[in-house]
Amino acid sequence: MSAPPAPAADADPDGEKPAIEVQGLTKRFGDKTVVDGFDMTVPRGTIYGFLGPNGSGKTTTIRMMCGLLTADGGTGRCLGFDIRSQTREIKERVGYMTQRFSLYEDLSIRENLDFMGRMYRLDRRRERVSQALEDLGLAGRSGQLAGALSGGWKQRLALAACLLNQPMLLLLDEPTAGVDPKARRDFWDEIRRLADNGVTVLVSTHYMDEAVQCDAIAYIAYGRKLIEGPTADVPRRVGLTTWRVEGPGLAMLAQALQGAPGVEQVARFGSALHVSGTDAATLDATAETRSASGPQRWTRQEAGLEEVFIHLMGGARDNFAAASADVDGS
Amino acid sequence: MAPEPATGRRPSRNGFSPARFGAVLVKEFVQMRRDRLTLAMMIAVPIMQLLLFGFAINSDPRHLPTLVEINDQGPVSRAFLAALETSGYFDVQGRVAGASAAERALRRGEATFVVVVPDGFERALVRGERPAILLAADAGDPAATGGATAALSGIVARVLETSLTGPLSHLRPPEAAFSVVVQRHYNPAGVTSFNIVPGLLAVILSMTMVMITAIAIVREAERGTMETLIATPVRPAEVMLGKILPYVLVGYVQTAVFLTLALLGFQVPFAGSAVAFLLGLNLFIVVNLSLGFLFSTVARSQMQAMQMSFFYMLPSILLSGFMFPFAGMPGWAQVLGSAVPTTHFIRILRGVMLKGAGLGDILDELGALAAILAVVAGLAMARYRQTLD
Repeated sequence: MSAPPAPAADADPDGEKPAIEVQGLTKRFGDKTVVDGFDMTVPRGTIYGFLGPNGSGKTTTIRMMCGLLTADGGTGRCLGFDIRSQTREIKERVGYMTQRFSLYEDLSIRENLDFMGRMYRLDRRRERVSQALEDLGLAGRSGQLAGALSGGWKQRLALAACLLNQPMLLLLDEPTAGVDPKARRDFWDEIRRLADNGVTVLVSTHYMDEAVQCDAIAYIAYGRKLIEGPTADVPRRVGLTTWRVEGPGLAMLAQALQGAPGVEQVARFGSALHVSGTDAATLDATAETRSASGPQRWTRQEAGLEEVFIHLMGGARDNFAAASADVDGS
Repeated sequence: MAPEPATGRRPSRNGFSPARFGAVLVKEFVQMRRDRLTLAMMIAVPIMQLLLFGFAINSDPRHLPTLVEINDQGPVSRAFLAALETSGYFDVQGRVAGASAAERALRRGEATFVVVVPDGFERALVRGERPAILLAADAGDPAATGGATAALSGIVARVLETSLTGPLSHLRPPEAAFSVVVQRHYNPAGVTSFNIVPGLLAVILSMTMVMITAIAIVREAERGTMETLIATPVRPAEVMLGKILPYVLVGYVQTAVFLTLALLGFQVPFAGSAVAFLLGLNLFIVVNLSLGFLFSTVARSQMQAMQMSFFYMLPSILLSGFMFPFAGMPGWAQVLGSAVPTTHFIRILRGVMLKGAGLGDILDELGALAAILAVVAGLAMARYRQTLD
């Protein structure tokens, strides 16, 4: 993305600068570094996936971006506002959906939306709240306590609450955790619709089917970013080669392949085995030998996101230095 | 800044927003209304405590169980025992025989006092040998026996006067060279509830205000709602005031209920200035709310907030002069007691209600409360964070 010659204005809520731009973001709790030198650029209007294992620092990073936590190091801008000194301006324009349902369970659905509307001092508040209730399909149940809603409805209510101020940037922290597949699908349709209207979305997730829906992804582990790029580009950047194996006796084969030359990872996908490694030549050689001798059918294929993430997760500790060097180089 | 028609947000000002403050206030009231049990407790607690303490506590106990061991019966010892009973302090419930039986009765708590009239008492008395009657008391609880033993000298004097007549009148002690006249001000009848009830208002207000505020704020953090709240542009002052003000009103309701019951039910006087009372009341409520707020910035769970409130309650009951005389404490304890707001409010309450104090009489106490408020509020502000760090 090439930015046009922008004026020197600091604040840029509606402009063409990236929605999020952070460099060297660092956060320590006690002597534990939770986020370590994190860089990220999220262009306007994209859906940006934020992936990584539990405890990898995703939530902390998101909280720093919207001013809920103060970074110990690094700089950054969110919608053009400084994430340290202009948190109020950021909060006015960002919708933040927490990982855990954090509206008031002892307030009714309407009272919760009304409260959020007042917090953002919205005009035509009643009208907006009523409209949001209509859109949610909760107009008939608006007097019900939020705590009585099921998980899927709570998630929809939370999203409606953080859309009330019509934010330019949505920060969604594992929004679909514990939500059924149908509700997840509906949720992602909504996200896609918002992005088409120019809203930037940063969403953290554990689900691969959600990751592939993102325009770009970043993978974070142990507080450090391992890889970042357009979703379709990421497997190539990791440089992973995958062979798909089908046929009888896969369980035995999986055992036998552990530690075979070039094989770094063997994962079961339904009725097939995905055998991956970064050393393509050695892996190919092993595959040729095995496919000649065994009853299984071997096919070489593009490594998918899932293989890539299993690879990153497994190798994050050991290959820490190598992986980050890779990213720096790309 | 460019107009933002798309967001429909009112133009951003960076000051205190009455609208947001009002929103927090309304939310607190709605939540309070939904929490029926807590609401009922806030009203029921003062009534229950007032009835319990007002009726049950007596700092000048009477009708204490007494046993007698009479080894020599005569007119004077009979008169003495009769006088013990009529004083109201001693309830002679029976006789014991022998020192070991008397000791056992005291040890088992069957008697608070054992009176022993020694062998040959009457004869020794007549001979002018000044014999002694033994009153063995269970002094393990000084408050229980204090009033009764203090009444003894009066009882003895009366017995001497009425029974040493005719030939024995020479045994009477001579008149004292001077006498002391005692004037009991403010509570001449020594009614315990006049002392307890005003202090109780301070203790109950302190208990509910500190605990409820601390819990109300920690609850937001514990349930995760604080994260949503501070992700909005809300200012700390808007949250703080919006959360505290509803509980000021709760304090008013508690005070009104309590005072009505105290004045009508217990006939506790209210002799002084209402203005002084109201000033003290408001200052006291605000001090306690800020104390609760301070606790909430330290506690990580509602349970911890509760424990801290209880930790604070003991000194405010025991060192404040509510239960025990302040002047009777050692210097260091008085210093500690002076740091507790309850101490000063109890003085204001007793001053205004019993002693008819006016504004001028309670200035020192108001000043002390203001000083405590400044320190507590300062600490609370410094500790309150608008971020999650």
